[in-house]
Amino acid sequence: MILTLWIISLIVFFAGQILPGDPGRAILGPFAAKSSVQALDAQLGVNRPLLTRYVSWIGGLLHGNMGTSYSYRTAVEPFIRAALINSVKLALLAFVIVVPLGIIGGVIAALYAGRGVDRIISITGLSLATVPEFVSGIVLIVVFGVTLKVLPVTASAGAGAGDLNQFRHLILPAIPLVFVLFGYIARMARAGTIEALGSDYARTAVLKGLPRATVIRRHVLRNSLLPTITVIATQTGYLIGGLVVVETLFNYQGIGNLIFKAAQAKDFPMLEAGVLTIGVVYVLATLGADLLLIALNPRLRIGGGE
Amino acid sequence: MTDLTVDPGAPGDPRATPVGAVAVAAATVLAPPTRWRLLLRRPTFVVGAAIVLFWVVCAIFGHAIAPFSPLAQQLLNSNTAPSGSHWFGTDPLGRDVLSRVIVGARDILVITPLATVLGTILGTALGLAMGYLGGVVDLIAGRLVEAVLALPAVIIAFLFIVALGSSTVTLIIVIGFIFTPLIARTVRAAVLAERNLDYLSSARLLGENPVRIMFGEILPNVMPAILVEFTVRLGYAVFAVATLSFLGFGVQPPTPDWGSDIAANYSGLLAGYWWQTLFPALAIASLVTAVNLITDSIEQVLNA
Amino acid sequence: MSEPPVPGDITPALEVSHLDVAYRVRGQDRLALRDVSFAVSRGESYGLVGESGSGKSTVALALVRYLPRNGQVSGGTISINGQDPLSMGKQALHALRAKTVSMVYQEPGRALNPSLRVGRQIAEVYQIAGASADEARRSAQDMLRKVQISDPDRVMRRYPHELSGGMAQRAVIAMALASSPSLLILDEPTTALDATVEAEVLDLVAALRQEFGTTVLFISHNLAVIAKMCDRVGVLYAGELVEEGPARQVFGDPRHPYTVGLLRCIPRRGQRKDRHRLDTIPGFLPAPGHTMTGCVFAPRCALAQDRCRSSEPPFFDVSDLRISRCFFHASAPDLPRATPAADAALAEHDTGEPLVEVAGLSKTFAGSGGGVRALADVNLTIRRGETLGLVGESGSGKTTLARVLLGLTGPDQGSVVTLAGAPLSPDVRRRPQQTLRRLQIVFQNPDSALNRRHTVHSLISRPLTRLAGLSGAALRDRLAELIGSVRLEDRHLALRPGQLSGGLKQRVAIARAFGAGPDVVVCDEPTSALDVSVQAAILNLLADLQKTEQVTYLFISHDLGLVRYLSDRIVVLYLGRVMEVGPAETVFAGPHHPYTEALFSAVPSLDGQRPDRIRLAGEIPSAADPPTGCVFHTRCPRKLPTGVCESTEPPLLEDEPEHLIRCHIPLAELRTLQRNESAPSQGGSL
Repeated sequence: MILTLWIISLIVFFAGQILPGDPGRAILGPFAAKSSVQALDAQLGVNRPLLTRYVSWIGGLLHGNMGTSYSYRTAVEPFIRAALINSVKLALLAFVIVVPLGIIGGVIAALYAGRGVDRIISITGLSLATVPEFVSGIVLIVVFGVTLKVLPVTASAGAGAGDLNQFRHLILPAIPLVFVLFGYIARMARAGTIEALGSDYARTAVLKGLPRATVIRRHVLRNSLLPTITVIATQTGYLIGGLVVVETLFNYQGIGNLIFKAAQAKDFPMLEAGVLTIGVVYVLATLGADLLLIALNPRLRIGGGE
Repeated sequence: MTDLTVDPGAPGDPRATPVGAVAVAAATVLAPPTRWRLLLRRPTFVVGAAIVLFWVVCAIFGHAIAPFSPLAQQLLNSNTAPSGSHWFGTDPLGRDVLSRVIVGARDILVITPLATVLGTILGTALGLAMGYLGGVVDLIAGRLVEAVLALPAVIIAFLFIVALGSSTVTLIIVIGFIFTPLIARTVRAAVLAERNLDYLSSARLLGENPVRIMFGEILPNVMPAILVEFTVRLGYAVFAVATLSFLGFGVQPPTPDWGSDIAANYSGLLAGYWWQTLFPALAIASLVTAVNLITDSIEQVLNA
Repeated sequence: MSEPPVPGDITPALEVSHLDVAYRVRGQDRLALRDVSFAVSRGESYGLVGESGSGKSTVALALVRYLPRNGQVSGGTISINGQDPLSMGKQALHALRAKTVSMVYQEPGRALNPSLRVGRQIAEVYQIAGASADEARRSAQDMLRKVQISDPDRVMRRYPHELSGGMAQRAVIAMALASSPSLLILDEPTTALDATVEAEVLDLVAALRQEFGTTVLFISHNLAVIAKMCDRVGVLYAGELVEEGPARQVFGDPRHPYTVGLLRCIPRRGQRKDRHRLDTIPGFLPAPGHTMTGCVFAPRCALAQDRCRSSEPPFFDVSDLRISRCFFHASAPDLPRATPAADAALAEHDTGEPLVEVAGLSKTFAGSGGGVRALADVNLTIRRGETLGLVGESGSGKTTLARVLLGLTGPDQGSVVTLAGAPLSPDVRRRPQQTLRRLQIVFQNPDSALNRRHTVHSLISRPLTRLAGLSGAALRDRLAELIGSVRLEDRHLALRPGQLSGGLKQRVAIARAFGAGPDVVVCDEPTSALDVSVQAAILNLLADLQKTEQVTYLFISHDLGLVRYLSDRIVVLYLGRVMEVGPAETVFAGPHHPYTEALFSAVPSLDGQRPDRIRLAGEIPSAADPPTGCVFHTRCPRKLPTGVCESTEPPLLEDEPEHLIRCHIPLAELRTLQRNESAPSQGGSL
């Protein structure tokens, strides 16, 4: 895991470094004098060897210093923190909706495998997953926001707004995220459930005389949902990618939006810090999923042979 | 069709090279006429293929079909709602939305398949190597794959596009490279499932070299999985191109493109100009859904 | 609890009457069972015997109404304890499954839910019957004790993957008997288990049957097991019952050509490859769903006449208790052989100088603790032209030995493996072509061993081009020669393995192994995945090829009957160590290593029961933590009280020349002990 994080930092840093553009120039603008640009560059340490810059960047990170934004001339860190919190709120809402929905959808599809209900759920899931968030977002805005006018079209309720109001504003932006994740989660849940239903132990349970509902509840679900959990965690990364688009569309100050704007403005420290943060979140989520899986799957627990 | 009873490795055998092996393997999986017939009988496949075919026609013959030139601006006619003369209305620069939607199919239909093919070829080679060779190769490549997967594809994409500039070729290469680890992961899993089968031991006992084993023995068996993965990625490729265009990193204006048109015009939603964004959005949705219907049909046929 | 039988009630526990079961495949109905009728009295044990495609498992599924979605009972009736499962409502069906009928299947580990503790799963059965959680737990403990699990509490707290195969199957049996069913259905319950463990489980089932008075329906392809466990037996062929009667009589004096043929396929005591060729059943099983006119066995029957082909034979009474579905049942025992009884050419059999020598072979796999010692200091010689039989249960290391020989796994330092005097590289990838050419293998499972996407032509010609360097006309000639020798046809060349039957696939594998003219062929359970009738043909083939191609075999099998038939010399492995080695006859005659003795007594045989079975206590120890001293001492019934067995590894003692036994007990004493204990009429242990 540490290795992965390190590789991520390498990718992010070097991607940032190959981006063309002179930081000094970017900050001071196209009309500044060349000497001032060079002076600022020297001050920013741009001319130091690549490796030195990387090391100092990593060093700074480990101390919580994410660098200074080119655009805002202040520390990057507070921006990142605020944006991350906003994004987490949105992501959490999407998660809370999509996880139960996806699991139920997948299980139902599995129970009616091959038949109408299954095909509908599967194809719907697959299609929604690949419809870009901005497409579904726009359709939703047009339908619910503009035509029916039932939900607000911007994601921020404004400073100081109450929780319920904030929540209302987050509904529309959360839905495209739900769409994208539903397909994948439902598909995993379906595959896991089909496998569990066809297993020998499911047969044993049925032949014990248990009614079907009990077989599913007590024997099948436990085993079918294990692979789904891993998937849910890995989808975190995907989710955050989706945040870029959704936050832009709904004008929400989340981390996706932050990164996007930083890329447009060529504000490399902000960009790098933001992308790195996302990578860290993903790795932590995967770690969490692994731990959860170990806790739930007896076969992975160490210890106790016969 | 190659004569499949020809002994592999004989001179002139197309299976002698990795690319050739892939092609032959793909052909053997797709070729059986019964499979095509089964596919054609499925309504989902027919509908999906029809829609895709429609857009392909638009992509190729767009300029001939479109009623107006997609670039022709009529500033006096801007922002008009759909009407008899402009079925899809006009955009802020007075350009006919219908024409832009029709011609907009071109770039996305060029970039998407090429990027996916690139990703599939690289991903397959990487997945085979990781799955079969294992050991250090798997360890290092695995960490790399994980690292790349940790970062959302869209973000990596625009990072590199900002660096390299946005052009059709760049988009193809960037998206292709982003898909490589995803496809590699699936191929690797499929290879691992084959790894313990005895036919690989038999091949080793014949003194076959690793490349021949990966491409000649394992590849034909994982081909169905690769095929399904390919079609799934096609859908995601459309997604990626459209999203990148929306964010301004994809196809550049004034070239008509669904994503960038939406990006340019979505502020018009508040003013009530819904047609400028809805129709391109529906175009994207239809293409994506069509590709998914095809994917689903292929999967059903291969699993039957 | 099921209803206690009313005194004087002679309702059969199970009655199946004219049962037809059809599966719908691609829009067409195929009959898997046709007009099957049999009855099982209360407390009786009835065996259903058949090969693959006979429909025996379908019977079990139909009885509990658990056919797959595309299957259905298209005719006939079933009565279990007077109730009809086919017309019951859901509630009644659940009650039937919960209280009246229990099933035990083949793979015990998979029959248990991996995410629930074993105790919970057993207790569940009691709870369905209405017990409280506590009562259920206590009853589960009692039941586990009844199936001879000495520490039930510990087992109950475990998860299924933590139990060994034998332990898991006992738990499953406990679960099945927990509901005190009237009918217990066992479908290949011991096929996946080792011989010694299988014997324990079968004894357990027999004992429990006595204690509970349960009626048993025992389904298996293994005739010897059925002969041991069942009072009456029904023989199924292609979905039809062809013969039925008391087990001993049916197997001793079969009256249907199929049964006769089947029994002749199995090597019996005293038969050896040079002097007796196994008979085979010509032809193939009818394709599923193929509609028959006349007797279903007629196409393969040497006694068949026009009458057989035009009209379906009814059941004839062979005696009071026996029936047979054959017009010529009286002449069935005189069924002409399909394969000549003896081939003079095979009679001469020389073995030559040592060809493969293994010295100090050890193989340790990395793992928790000190690693798993799969092989420990094994010394072996394989002589040119001989068949060396390698016998052992799971954990014995026999597969590892084969893999090391072939270079697929590398042995530990200090191990020496030579071929014709020259040391073999431990890594197959480094062996020169010439060496690869000399050592080949036939694997157990042809589905895994043949690349399913290659054609037969490609599979067989690859070794010819790669190892023998043939091309053009020479290639074509050799290919034709090979195909002829394994009795394949030209039309098979363009097919893929998926389109071939098990027997044909194994022939392709054999042709591939023999293609480049090897000196040594390792046969790793080559017939275990095949039906009995197909097995005989393959064994004959292997014997023939040995003669014509002058190869040496290392024959690995868990089936002692086969090993005895084919092998010139035998090696017995236990936990990676050689326990006994010697000429086949000597090893079988005695004296034996105590493990060999127990192994031989554990295997059920058609040739009669042994009065005293030697029961081995406990399970096979884990190779990761082997016992000290003699690795067999934990289960050895002849362990010496002096403690030497626990402390010191015994030496290899030589009895007659070439017959070595690794035991502390002096051989003369061993011989006396064993001779006194076996019944005089047996004249030997197998």
